[in-house]
Amino acid sequence: MGIIKTKNLVFEYIRRDEDGNVEGIKRAVDNVSLDVEAGEFIAVLGHNGSGKSTFAKHLNSILLPTEGTVWIDGNDTLQEENTWKIRQTAGMVFQNPDNQIIATVVEEDVGFGPENIGVPTEEIWQRTADSLKAVGMYAYREMSPNKLSGGQKQRVSIAGIVAMRPKCIILDEPTAMLDPRGRQDVLKTLQALNRLEHVTIVLITHHMEEVIQADKIFVMDQGQVAMQGTPREIFSQVEQLRGLRMDVPQAALLAYELRKAGLEIPSGILTGEELVEVLCRLY
Amino acid sequence: MIRDITIGQYYRTESPIHRLDPRVKLAGTLLFIISLFVYSKPAGYVTAFLFLVFVILVSKVPLRFILRGLKPLLLLIGITVFFNLFWTPGEAALKIWKLTVTWEGIQSAVLLGARFVMLIIGSTIMTLTTTPTKLTDGIECMLKPFRLIKVPAHEIAMMMSIALRFIPILLEETDKIMKAQQARCADFESGNIVKRAKNLLPILIPLFVSAFRRANDLAMAMEARCYRGGEGRTRMKPLQYQRRDYTAYLILFLYLVVNAVVCFVLTAD
Repeated sequence: MGIIKTKNLVFEYIRRDEDGNVEGIKRAVDNVSLDVEAGEFIAVLGHNGSGKSTFAKHLNSILLPTEGTVWIDGNDTLQEENTWKIRQTAGMVFQNPDNQIIATVVEEDVGFGPENIGVPTEEIWQRTADSLKAVGMYAYREMSPNKLSGGQKQRVSIAGIVAMRPKCIILDEPTAMLDPRGRQDVLKTLQALNRLEHVTIVLITHHMEEVIQADKIFVMDQGQVAMQGTPREIFSQVEQLRGLRMDVPQAALLAYELRKAGLEIPSGILTGEELVEVLCRLY
Repeated sequence: MIRDITIGQYYRTESPIHRLDPRVKLAGTLLFIISLFVYSKPAGYVTAFLFLVFVILVSKVPLRFILRGLKPLLLLIGITVFFNLFWTPGEAALKIWKLTVTWEGIQSAVLLGARFVMLIIGSTIMTLTTTPTKLTDGIECMLKPFRLIKVPAHEIAMMMSIALRFIPILLEETDKIMKAQQARCADFESGNIVKRAKNLLPILIPLFVSAFRRANDLAMAMEARCYRGGEGRTRMKPLQYQRRDYTAYLILFLYLVVNAVVCFVLTAD
């Protein structure tokens, strides 16, 4: 069994009227089964309302399944005594960087998680320094978070999770509120964490360009996993992606259009460099 | 413009007072204020004033920063002094039109004014030399004994530090909402006070909605980071008394003793 495993996961939002009667039920996550191996970089794609955020919140036991089961490192999230163990194993970074920084000084915010799980003082300092270095924010450790840019704040949030030494980090659209520069920095940080520290990364996003480096992609639509595979497999199916109201990375789209127009271009091209190489070989 | 407001009034410099444990400064301020009420005699105030001058010199905070704290309270001090000056019965010293100034009035006005000013300066020095974060830690520690009577010390401190973090964010947000409303011809500057207050409503409602949304997000982020109250938490920056803190307590004690001697032995009635 992998580090994250879900089986027939279903989650329903129940809307109630003022008297508490059930007004309607919305199935946000519908029968999702997947298995993530430790050390993988996973991306979950989907347009707004596809259930990807709801799904992400199950991995940190913030939401509990209506039906089905979620195991994090072998622990069932439905079992109450597992909650804190799960939150320590699977850290979660949210979308708005302002709303997840608690302290008025960067280093104190990074220390907040370790403080909560009862790490001794000297080790908190060690972990804070290590994780701030890992995200490249060590130089800012004594600054106020209010003085940082969005991307920097988000890296501090990531450091706050890393300091708890989780085996797995789930990021719920961490770049949605960032400028392109901040987005790049956050992505690089995540890739470094994945490669150097072997942390399993689950990146929830709707930016196609961010997932090219992922090991595996899950595309969600109406609460279900509509497609899964490596980036190459996913982005060669341009028609199907469009059917799910998803974009395709520009290079992949251009390669697809050129192939449709009759050029001999292999499928599965993702980056501009690859496309250039193929085109150069053709002529 | 609204963004320039800084929370707290910490003055960053290196001084022995800055380095003191916040608990020492909190206890010191409290004891100093109490001493102003207990030793309320001219001689006691002279001693208190000398002690205050000593603390100011050691703290290395420029005088104008300290006096700035008095500004908002000048009116209050003025009114108190005024009433004491004219409405204290006793031997007349001066007569202006229908008002009589008495010798007793002058004495009590001067004493009261001095008490007010020293009280404010005393607490201003504390806030000028202590970062809000340290102040919060100090308050949490001082409140701990009251946990026995169900005072939620940790929760109060946590709320204070979250407030410190979010006040600038909410101010910025207010600024944004105001600009958005002004862009659609909202008018916040003209009209009488009732009209102006009414015009603030379209700012307050979105601000409250967004504050609640932020609170919800923050609570979720805190839970995701294993926050579950003060139980079993360790501290990244625990408060620990150093030698200088004991020295400070000693100096404070000396001040109280000297002032007691001055008040009750040397100038006893």
